[in-house]
Amino acid sequence: MSEMRVGVLCSRIRVEEKLIFAEFERRGIAITKLDDDAVIFDLNDGRYAFDVVLERSIHHSRALYALRVLNDAGVPTVNTFAVADVCGDKFKTTQELIKAGVPTPRTRMAFSPASALQAIEQLGYPAVLKPAVGSWGRLIAKVNDREAAEAMLEHKEVLGSYHHSIFYIQEYIAKPGGRDIRAFVIGDDCIGAIYRTSAHWITNTARGGQASVCPLTPGLAQICVAAAHAVGGGVVAIDLLETADGRVLVNEVNYTMEFRNSIAPTGVNIPARIVDHTLAVARGQA
Amino acid sequence: MTATCPECDAMIALAADVVEHEIVICTDCAAELEVIGLDPPALALAPEVGEDWGE
Repeated sequence: MSEMRVGVLCSRIRVEEKLIFAEFERRGIAITKLDDDAVIFDLNDGRYAFDVVLERSIHHSRALYALRVLNDAGVPTVNTFAVADVCGDKFKTTQELIKAGVPTPRTRMAFSPASALQAIEQLGYPAVLKPAVGSWGRLIAKVNDREAAEAMLEHKEVLGSYHHSIFYIQEYIAKPGGRDIRAFVIGDDCIGAIYRTSAHWITNTARGGQASVCPLTPGLAQICVAAAHAVGGGVVAIDLLETADGRVLVNEVNYTMEFRNSIAPTGVNIPARIVDHTLAVARGQA
Repeated sequence: MTATCPECDAMIALAADVVEHEIVICTDCAAELEVIGLDPPALALAPEVGEDWGE
């Protein structure tokens, strides 16, 4: 394919985007940046001159609509609308993981504070309340007892918008050594994993969790690839929790992954692998 | 390449490979700034984290 037409949908240019841009440049591939503050999609015309678009927007809502527009127009994207739709919603992710038989924490859904309280007590304390849509650990609450549950549920009902009254409730998994695992899957390969360690129960590196290499065992890789396939595949980051009895559970799957803190510990050139996959998608080979 | 911090008026040196919409931190006042132009270089206060921001 000559003169490959690559678009990158982006908003903030983070370290990750700069590394990806540099990797395209290193290969002599000119990219078109689609600034999501400026882009206009002509829905009636519906023609977009790209062989592939790599989605790197920081906005979930913009990414979702843009991917739908592009996929409907026949433009291949990394990732697809379907993957973004599933991964951007914890409920949908959980559903797909359960359907695919991928181990995941016990989860309840309820629609009123009274039923949510019952659901929390079915799981037992502590439990974790999460907004179905959200990222970077925002508004995730560990509920330690009934009084905290009642207060949290009342606050969510009174202060939150309607989507905070969709109660997504998970069993709390005590993290051994204060760590969880983030693994990276591209296509059918799990390319590396890190431990994220924090004194706080929320271990996101965006929230100060420290990254160190996690040995990639065949068992871990198998769970990660199964999780990636369950949500539709592509370029995804899998968050996993280890249980005290030695099981590994898939907690979340991220579709616009951040990886700046994972290149050094894993020794994997993650932006190069993302570019490889994006070009393979453009060629119809992935 | 240099630009002025809109918060404290300090002169900030920008990296040679700086790109539009990159985030830089003011070395004087620590404000989070977004590069909004390159020719000439210009900075604005970076937007607050949006409700739908994330991975």
